[in-house]
Amino acid sequence: MLTLKNIKFIAQENGEKVILNDISFHFEAGKNYVITGANGCGKSTLAKIIMGILPANTGQIYLGNKEITGLNTTERARMGVGFAFQQPVRFKGLTARDLLEQASGGKITTAQACEYLSIVGLCAREYLDRELDNTLSGGELKRIEIASVLARGCPLNIFDEPEAGIDIWSFNNLVDIFKKSINKNCTNIIISHQEKLFASADEIILIADGKIAMHGTPAEVLPNIQGFGNCNKLRRKNG
Amino acid sequence: MDKIDSELLAQIAGLHDVPQGAYNIRKNGKSIGRASAQGIEIESKTDVSGINIRIADGVQNQSVHIPVIVTAEGLNDLVYNDFYIGKNCDVLIVAGCGIHNNSEATSGHDGIHTFYVGENSRVKYVEKHLGIGSATAEKILNPTTVLHLEKGAQVIMETVQLVGVSRSVRKTEADLADDASLDIRESILTDNDQFAATDFVVQLNGKSSRANVISRSVAKGTSKQIFNSVVDGNNACFGHIECDAIVMDKAQVASTPALRNTSVDANLTHEAAIGKIAGEQIVKLQTLGLTQEEAEQVIIKGFLK
Repeated sequence: MLTLKNIKFIAQENGEKVILNDISFHFEAGKNYVITGANGCGKSTLAKIIMGILPANTGQIYLGNKEITGLNTTERARMGVGFAFQQPVRFKGLTARDLLEQASGGKITTAQACEYLSIVGLCAREYLDRELDNTLSGGELKRIEIASVLARGCPLNIFDEPEAGIDIWSFNNLVDIFKKSINKNCTNIIISHQEKLFASADEIILIADGKIAMHGTPAEVLPNIQGFGNCNKLRRKNG
Repeated sequence: MDKIDSELLAQIAGLHDVPQGAYNIRKNGKSIGRASAQGIEIESKTDVSGINIRIADGVQNQSVHIPVIVTAEGLNDLVYNDFYIGKNCDVLIVAGCGIHNNSEATSGHDGIHTFYVGENSRVKYVEKHLGIGSATAEKILNPTTVLHLEKGAQVIMETVQLVGVSRSVRKTEADLADDASLDIRESILTDNDQFAATDFVVQLNGKSSRANVISRSVAKGTSKQIFNSVVDGNNACFGHIECDAIVMDKAQVASTPALRNTSVDANLTHEAAIGKIAGEQIVKLQTLGLTQEEAEQVIIKGFLK
């Protein structure tokens, strides 16, 4: 499904900092992956590199057999990569219906749009024509963001901290959504710190010190995950 | 009417045929079609060019269409339309002006509309402006709207200027009595070297009167826009001004919302923002498969909707 080869990302912040260093991994089709790690370890950076929002300094990315390293975000999206932002964007004037229509390529019916909103726990009648502006709470906006990714129906979906800002009752529902969305042709990559998402994962990937420190099933990874919380030492190039 | 007339009428007033209800269609300074309706009388003024529209007390769910089209090259049309709306009415009034000009001469329209809205009446007033024809031909529109709202009257005023108007200066004045409310929603798009200025002055004179002045505009190319808005709180009232502008290319926008009070019980607020399309908005739409250009179009269309 998705293959990362030797991905390196260096941030320019008061000098150069190596955020991701030689990340290689193969994501199989039909699996639910959770990427975790301490704050600032580069999880969201890796997600954005896969989506083409950030460029890696070195390395290659393959979607199936096709190299997508040089493709931009639009091209990757059109090839079937979906992305839900950690902090969804607000739009004055655009409604939830507009966003879902764009997500589906303009093919969505009102009934389908309502269904996607219902799936993420929003009353469609109340939210369908709401503007995505500051009248919505962060949690409401987050659920609409997730609905927009579901509406795309992509074979590869990346969710960056989907639990952030979502209440516990709605979150339990989201865990079920991620499980149900998986099939042999669909892969989810979820950036998360949330134990319930760990438990639902087929595989957990732990990033520390810019590398994949550990990966495996929840049973393999979770007992050994303690001790990685504070080890995210950012490597400074040139000392 | 020819093909150009039909196109203009369709775009400014949504008319594809003779409208139901009362109407007056003005072309090149003259009425080319008029009908009154039960409770709604339209008559020509005798002193100046224009019409009086008189709506009787209690007229409900009726509409009045008074579009203006200018297709004669070099014509500068000036019209005075006065609306006398009785008590307890609920009406839709659709105005607007479309200009077609392919010549080097300037074509223009100055529409001066005065509304007297009776007690507890509800009016939705929609005014769209459009210019078509040669991009270099001058098409000038200067609308003036004066609104007098009696006790409990409500007016929703939607003004739209989206395409092709070279220069426009819009002036709107309103005074509100007790419990009256006014919602103004303005949408403007300018491009190339176009210029648009709007000037709102709202007097909240009545107790519990309310006004919302909301302007959304997009300025492209080297166009310039000026937005001035003043809300005066002269009683226990609520007033809010909101002006958001997206600027692109080398366009410029000057926005000046102003609040003044003569009553300590007035509650007046404003917010204003000028800026480019946010980069993260474009990126979000790119993750849905849109190109940058497509994303910008979707954002602008939604913003001005």
